[in-house]
Amino acid sequence: MSIDLVTIVLLGLLYAAGFYLLMQRSLMQIVLGFVIVGHAANLFLQAAGGPPGEPPFLGVVPESAMADPLPQALALTAVVITFGLTTFLLALVYRAWVLLGHDEVQDDLEDRRVRRAEIAAEREESG
Amino acid sequence: MRHVLIAIAAHFVVAAMLPVAARWWGRRVFAVGAVVPAVALVLALTELGTLLGGEPATESVAWATGIGLEFTVRLDALAMLMTLLVSGIGTVVLCYFARYAGPDEPGSGRDAALMVVFAGAMLGLVLADDVLSLYVFWEITTVCSFLLVGGAGDSDEARRSAKQALVVTVLGGLAMLLGLIVLGVAAGTFRVSEIVADPPGGAAVTAAVALILAGVVTKSAQVPFHPWLPAAMVAPTPVSAYLHAAAMVKAGVYLAARFAPGFADRPVFWVPLVALGLWTMVLGGVRALRQHDLKLLLAYGTISQLGFLLVLFGAGTYTAALAGAAMLLAHGLFKSALFLTAGAVDKGTGTRDIRELSGLGRRWPVLATLAGLAAASMAGVPPLVGFVGKEAALKAFSHAEPKDFVVLAGLVGASVLTVAYSLRFLVGAFGTRAGPEPVRPKAPGAVFTGAVALPALAGLVLGPGAAWVEALAARYADALPGSRSYHLALWHGLSLPLLLSAVILAGGYAVYRSGVVAGMPGWVPGPLQAQRGYDGTVTGLHALAHGLTGRVQTGSLPVYLGIILLSVVAAPGTMLLLRGVPPVDMPWSRSWLQLPLALIVLAAAAAVLRARRRLTAVLLTGMIGYGIGGLFLVHGAIDLALAQFLVETLTLVVFVLVLRRLPPPFARPRREGAGQRRPGQPALRRREWPKAMIAVLGGTFVALLATVFSGSRMRLPEASSAYVEQAKPDAGATNVVNAILIDFRAFDTIGEITVLVVAATGAASLALAAGRTRHRSMPRAEQDQPEGEEVRR
Repeated sequence: MSIDLVTIVLLGLLYAAGFYLLMQRSLMQIVLGFVIVGHAANLFLQAAGGPPGEPPFLGVVPESAMADPLPQALALTAVVITFGLTTFLLALVYRAWVLLGHDEVQDDLEDRRVRRAEIAAEREESG
Repeated sequence: MRHVLIAIAAHFVVAAMLPVAARWWGRRVFAVGAVVPAVALVLALTELGTLLGGEPATESVAWATGIGLEFTVRLDALAMLMTLLVSGIGTVVLCYFARYAGPDEPGSGRDAALMVVFAGAMLGLVLADDVLSLYVFWEITTVCSFLLVGGAGDSDEARRSAKQALVVTVLGGLAMLLGLIVLGVAAGTFRVSEIVADPPGGAAVTAAVALILAGVVTKSAQVPFHPWLPAAMVAPTPVSAYLHAAAMVKAGVYLAARFAPGFADRPVFWVPLVALGLWTMVLGGVRALRQHDLKLLLAYGTISQLGFLLVLFGAGTYTAALAGAAMLLAHGLFKSALFLTAGAVDKGTGTRDIRELSGLGRRWPVLATLAGLAAASMAGVPPLVGFVGKEAALKAFSHAEPKDFVVLAGLVGASVLTVAYSLRFLVGAFGTRAGPEPVRPKAPGAVFTGAVALPALAGLVLGPGAAWVEALAARYADALPGSRSYHLALWHGLSLPLLLSAVILAGGYAVYRSGVVAGMPGWVPGPLQAQRGYDGTVTGLHALAHGLTGRVQTGSLPVYLGIILLSVVAAPGTMLLLRGVPPVDMPWSRSWLQLPLALIVLAAAAAVLRARRRLTAVLLTGMIGYGIGGLFLVHGAIDLALAQFLVETLTLVVFVLVLRRLPPPFARPRREGAGQRRPGQPALRRREWPKAMIAVLGGTFVALLATVFSGSRMRLPEASSAYVEQAKPDAGATNVVNAILIDFRAFDTIGEITVLVVAATGAASLALAAGRTRHRSMPRAEQDQPEGEEVRR
């Protein structure tokens, strides 16, 4: 067991906040949700990847006291890639705003049409 | 044997050229197409000597040797019998089609190509010795049938019938594919001959056999899947004659015959085949007696005969298989002759309704005689080949066992009906009645008469020449158990089968004359009718699909994400709880710094949720990022924390660059400023509650997951300790994380850089394009500006 209670609570709440933002209508909020979930995922990786320890520097720290270097390396890659994706998402937000005049996610019209047809058919059947 | 392989391929090659050729040659392309099956037939016959001499010829073509996939053909007795039907009748029907199609009909090229493709697929099907290519050919025949029945898709009825044929047979085909694969895996080989020679056992194989039989009964139009066959009669008559009498529907029978030597002793194989076959025989016979359309009469007759064949092949004895092989040949001959007759009548008089036909026999004595021969073969009148087959069938079940007795009673009953509908066809088409005016038909012509004559006369010759049939049939039946004493012949002395044959002929005549079956009211209650069952199933599926789509696919992104999150929680979450969470034995915290940092992060996260302005939310998110960086430091991940701080700062810069352009509040600025929350409003609107609940559920799930994951980690993993050990000697580094990133996993880092480059390119091009659009649509942007200003104030 390498995790502690504070981290568990923190992880749960951070993910919840990120999920909630992802389900919003504003593209900017969705991007923020994405960033928060990204942070939480990196923390998850560290917390589940071993107990805290000294930095993994050979010759400075005894090997038995070292933290696991592998999750750190993985998370480092993840941090950078999250940054790249965030930038790209922001560019999309910007483009959507320029083209549409707002940054709101709207319903897919075709899907709406299917749903309306279905509701109408059901009313016909029952009435 | 290689030339037979080439012959199969030639079908497809020639078919591809026929539509082009039809532009110059018109309906003559049918005759050109007929050459291909004719050549295939001759080539197959050259192998007859090898076949009768001993081992069947085989030939393999490597397809994908790496995964053991090869296309194998094997010309054994059953395959030869089917080849005679497929290629022989194919040739006759294609020649007939060349006269049947109108001189300037636009669809000639298409129909000819499809017919030739069909002949090729059917040839491949009967020759294929591995289950996978067998399945491929099987489905090609299904698709051809769909296209031929549907025609140009002009009429509603044709489209509906084609769809029904496709849906029913593909359903069975897919079940069959599953069964074939399970069977192949259980047997350890996908070669049909090897599976049949050494059939595997077990529950999986039982299920596989049942699935294969689903393919058999749908393809061969057995109860309750039979309605597609009469519906398919909207196709041109030559198509019906070939696909729906001689070849395609025989594919099911062929498959049953193919697997019978290995599996006929198992109840899962013979019980459904015999039970459904008997039921179908009787039902088809009764229905045939009620039809007025010559083609429909023959279609129901075909259903009945297919049931008969399945009973014979399902029975699993030597004599029954002998009878089955003989009847397979006999049925192909007489049914194609009768269908072609119906087509000639239709073409000559313009109707197929027996209530409108009269006096045709006097005008067309030759055609009437030939059709009479074919109908007599169907009824089992000596000395035709149909009689020989039926005698053998009656003999096969003339035992004192209860099972045989039931089957024999069914056979006799259904044969009585067969005699009756044979008479109905013959008298209906060629008889003279008091009611309708005698028709004044055009002469059928030499091609029509010849096409009917060939199979009809073959039936006449093969009756006395039953020994030739037996040469092939016995070689197939040898694989089955039972007494070898019976031989196919016209005369066996005075015996029970002969007596039964006489009873059947007399009974059939009586049934026909009395009209007792035709006058009976239908006794199947509405909900149990097969056609209604099909319609109901299809309508129900449509309604289900529509309802589900309407409910699940609402078009709203938040709803989709909510559904995805809920399924993530529901599926693995349930398993997690079922497996049990390991005992939790953890400290409150690992370091005094953790709690304050966590509190800062959580406070920032809570504030982000409540933030109404973009800039506030972005800055708070940045705070979360720095807080997480601090937590990384606590964990001992210095490099990671450095990267986190750096990246967080860069992210903030990018955010601010974009924010410059966007209006400050989140919601879309509306005229009344509805996007902004007024002080009196509740913190969460009603529609936000489900989202919050789902988010909390998701968060709880992840927290649980983290506990389980960390609980399953016992010590430093091998990979990590290896990296720690090798960092110094292999990479010359003291910082292990650096060594991993730029040395041990350098290719991963290159991939990461590639992702960054791609993202940067995308972002840059989007931003630049947006800039250009903005300049172009200046008026609109200006219009937006004041609104934004207003809200800001």
